[in-house]
Amino acid sequence: MTFEVGQELAPQSFFINRAKLVAYADASGDQNPIHQDEEFAKSVGLENVIAHGMFTMALAGRYVSHVAGGSEKVRDFSARFTKPVVVPADTEVELIVSAKVSAVEGSLVKVDLSAICNEVKVLGMAKATFSL
Amino acid sequence: MLNPDVVGRTFTGANSFTVTQESITAFALAIGEPNISVAPPTFSISISLTESQALLQESGLDWTRVVHGDQRFEIHRPLVAGDSILCSSTIESARVVAGNEIVTVRSDLHSGSELLISSWSTLVVRA
Repeated sequence: MTFEVGQELAPQSFFINRAKLVAYADASGDQNPIHQDEEFAKSVGLENVIAHGMFTMALAGRYVSHVAGGSEKVRDFSARFTKPVVVPADTEVELIVSAKVSAVEGSLVKVDLSAICNEVKVLGMAKATFSL
Repeated sequence: MLNPDVVGRTFTGANSFTVTQESITAFALAIGEPNISVAPPTFSISISLTESQALLQESGLDWTRVVHGDQRFEIHRPLVAGDSILCSSTIESARVVAGNEIVTVRSDLHSGSELLISSWSTLVVRA
């Protein structure tokens, strides 16, 4: 695949539910109850259970790996956690990730990422660099 | 409050972590990534944040009030099964903004003398 500055890369949807948060908690070791326990999440002032910021970032990372043609090509990846992804029980929340090429420097491609959930940007300043 | 004496200092983890295929596979499965030959780009957070949490708690930070502000990974080579990783953590900065303590920690993951990944976590301790 060739990349040009300004090129918009096709969006991809990811679906987040409670079971996936539990699987991510087990795989990452982040067992903070705000990501699993509704009663606890509400007791600390949250609207409901929220996804791990790092889970949202990991899904955006999966998008980058896919675009780059493999995780081994990803050189740099950063994001700010601007808004929580709220995950009510018994439902799936759609996360839409897309990207725009910001630079092509030699064999390196830089992209600006967008991660949207319920029409709200949940990652800010999200960027990745991968090698061709 | 974080002990101000630790800002700018680097702490090398006492124990190395061996990256297992099981841990890569579990992480990949949890995020729906089909390729399990190398670790996904954010996989190393499970090593770096564990180390940072231990260090910052020992240094006086209230982990129960921490939210993740931002995160960056600079990957020189992805982790693969069998890597034995030593993580050193540098508390790069700590400041207070509007009553919230904001701490940035850099984690350098080495295999032997080779630096594989540097990552930066900015953590916000809610007032």
